[in-house]
Amino acid sequence: MLSRTADSLYWLGRYIERAGNVARGLQVALRMASLMRSVDQRDGAWRALLIASGCEPGFRETGAAPTPDSVVRYLAADASNASSILSCIEAARRNARAVRTALTVDMWEAVNETWSESRRATEATFAPDNLPAFLDWVKSRTILFNGAYADTMLRDEAWRFVRLGTMLERADNTARVLDVHHHALAGADEEGAVAYVQWQAILRSVSALRAYHWVYHARLEPRRIAELLILRPELPRSMVACYARLDETLEGIAAAHGGRRGECHRLAGEMHAKLRFGRIDGILADGLHDFLTATIDRNLELGRQIQDFYLQA
Amino acid sequence: MTKTTPAFDEMTTDGLVRGPYAEVARWLAATPQDALERRRHEAELLFKRIGITFAVYGEGGDPERLIPFDIIPRILAHAEWEELSRGLAQRVKALNLFLLDVYGAQEILRAGRIPAALVRENAAFRPEMNGFVPPGGVYTHIAGIDVVRTAPHEFWVLEDNCRTPSGVSYMLEGREAMLRLFPDLCARHRIAPVGHYPEELLETLKSVAPPNCRGTPRVAILTPGSYNSAYYEHCFLADEMGVEVVEGPDLFVENDIVYMRTTTGPQRVDVMYRRIDDDYLDPRVFRPDSALGVPGLMAAYKAGNVALANAPGAGIADDKAIYPYVPEMVRFYLGEEPLLSNVPTYLCERDEDRAYVLDHLDELVVKLTHGSGGYGMLVGPHSTAEQRADFAARIRAKPAEYIAQPTLALSTVPTLVEKGIAPRHVDLRPFVLCGKEVRIVPGGLTRVALREGSLVVNSSQGGGTKDTWVLEDDPADIAKPAAQGQSQC
Repeated sequence: MLSRTADSLYWLGRYIERAGNVARGLQVALRMASLMRSVDQRDGAWRALLIASGCEPGFRETGAAPTPDSVVRYLAADASNASSILSCIEAARRNARAVRTALTVDMWEAVNETWSESRRATEATFAPDNLPAFLDWVKSRTILFNGAYADTMLRDEAWRFVRLGTMLERADNTARVLDVHHHALAGADEEGAVAYVQWQAILRSVSALRAYHWVYHARLEPRRIAELLILRPELPRSMVACYARLDETLEGIAAAHGGRRGECHRLAGEMHAKLRFGRIDGILADGLHDFLTATIDRNLELGRQIQDFYLQA
Repeated sequence: MTKTTPAFDEMTTDGLVRGPYAEVARWLAATPQDALERRRHEAELLFKRIGITFAVYGEGGDPERLIPFDIIPRILAHAEWEELSRGLAQRVKALNLFLLDVYGAQEILRAGRIPAALVRENAAFRPEMNGFVPPGGVYTHIAGIDVVRTAPHEFWVLEDNCRTPSGVSYMLEGREAMLRLFPDLCARHRIAPVGHYPEELLETLKSVAPPNCRGTPRVAILTPGSYNSAYYEHCFLADEMGVEVVEGPDLFVENDIVYMRTTTGPQRVDVMYRRIDDDYLDPRVFRPDSALGVPGLMAAYKAGNVALANAPGAGIADDKAIYPYVPEMVRFYLGEEPLLSNVPTYLCERDEDRAYVLDHLDELVVKLTHGSGGYGMLVGPHSTAEQRADFAARIRAKPAEYIAQPTLALSTVPTLVEKGIAPRHVDLRPFVLCGKEVRIVPGGLTRVALREGSLVVNSSQGGGTKDTWVLEDDPADIAKPAAQGQSQC
């Protein structure tokens, strides 16, 4: 496969996943802001979202005050923000169009229709009353795309590169969501009710609130939340689940290429093993924040290595 | 031609339905207008779904639009096609021999059959190719010859396209759409298939593998990218042939060998079907600012490590100033009389011709010598005095940039338009493949001018397409033509 084709498929997977993650993040932030009592806490919710989505430096450059309205605009619609929902859809469609023949008709239609619909968005789409419907729509469109490629694509190289993109983006999102709230999980400074809202928010950000109850049958507790999102393989958005997919997918590509492997394979295998055999008590004892920052760095490095080995060969 | 001049209608002549159209005429008579409308709409949905689009430059609006597809087929009997295809093969052979000659010994120039200055000072002439013999001795591997018809046995070549002719995907998708929408109608005819075109193309490309290629040649299509108007076609052909579509940055040259970057490492490319213009092929040889091409590609080509189809420099053969001399090429290289006629052409550069053109602007079609796509042309009989004055001034200012031809009464074929079924003017672009042998898939792209009375069929100017059926048999009324008729120029 052409490296450029692999590159487009990989970024198609990443951008669609990112659009969905930003939509989830916005939904949670809206909810938190309406539950928080103090202005400081409300602003904190928006700032946390900017940081978790990696958009904080970009937003600061715009010089706008972090009001709910300006943050929503920046994350949902701003064309200058490469990670805004509309930018992600645009980039996903651009990548899809460049490798049109590598996609199934269902995948193409899922992306193309999302894109043409998104172009009809106006100022009103992002107004407080309409925003929730828009975010639901984005979530359902990304789920449609993920379903289209799970259901219709040959399990060949093309499928593996889309999946690499999806899984790396997802692993990174879960790590970032946890990290911006690591204070709340450390239980250091917040009063009980506020902490509880934050814990719920973390779980909702990765669509895992229900899953928590099914797995633990117990009230929310920071240690378990961290364990669920980092170490439990049955949660599809946990870091270990994502790394299991990354490892398996990279191995699949290597097997199809006669065993040709590089640093990306070693890195994914090492991370997977660490998460698979890790214990939450050990991670908490060494410091959750340190663990998560190291993981985020590893995600970045893995992306770079995949890029070097396959996408810009 | 004005609206009052009757044009030859390919379905109905003198009130009688011509044999090839007998079934279609019955079908049209039996099908209500709204049913046809519905089918036209279905065809449109089909094309939209496939994503077969093209880009129109500088007109605003949706940058990705569909070319309208007319559901009434254009039909040629077996004998009509045989007559035409023999002429096409002859013409393309001569064009290739001309190219080999002008970049070689230039015998035709030395014999005085074509003015030497017209070739050597032509912008389409590439001195970089002097003395080079491309693999297999072929310059134009894929030629699109635009043909119009004025009477049952009168076919005229309007222009040759020897560089990177496009449109073949419409020929193939148009047929697919017809088979899907009208299986009955198709089954009532013996239509010569066109679906094997991609295979023929691949065979043609493989047959011109370069001398240093070992084993099965690896073929790739070089595209300018997804914003090119014919990008859909590049992907379509690659998909049908099972080869990669590559862009300049996907390729690199090392030790005069061309490689593409793949997920399994560099892979050698032997034959490149390039759909980018000469100017952009290699920044080291042509335009230095080109980001579309591949640095070092020409050196690899000259070293015999890669074949390029079509060869750089092929454009000199389809230049509008060279066009009047194509019949002369046929006589010079093949020792035969041309089977296909040329349209008489006035080169405004010549004093005598220019005087005639300026006197007869209201009857002539004036075209840019180096233009294409129907841009910047004047159709005399449909022009206003103001437009004619404007063109007269332009011709006087830069005579070498214009040619003129009499306005031909292009044949018409019934077409579904808003008001019902009406005759509309058509042309035909058959695709001639030239490798070790000449191959022509029976049919081509029929373009139709959808505006009433319009003679401009280009898709950028409101033209549509039709499926072109070549029948495998001859209805009773289609007689073999007598000896070849006219041979103008």
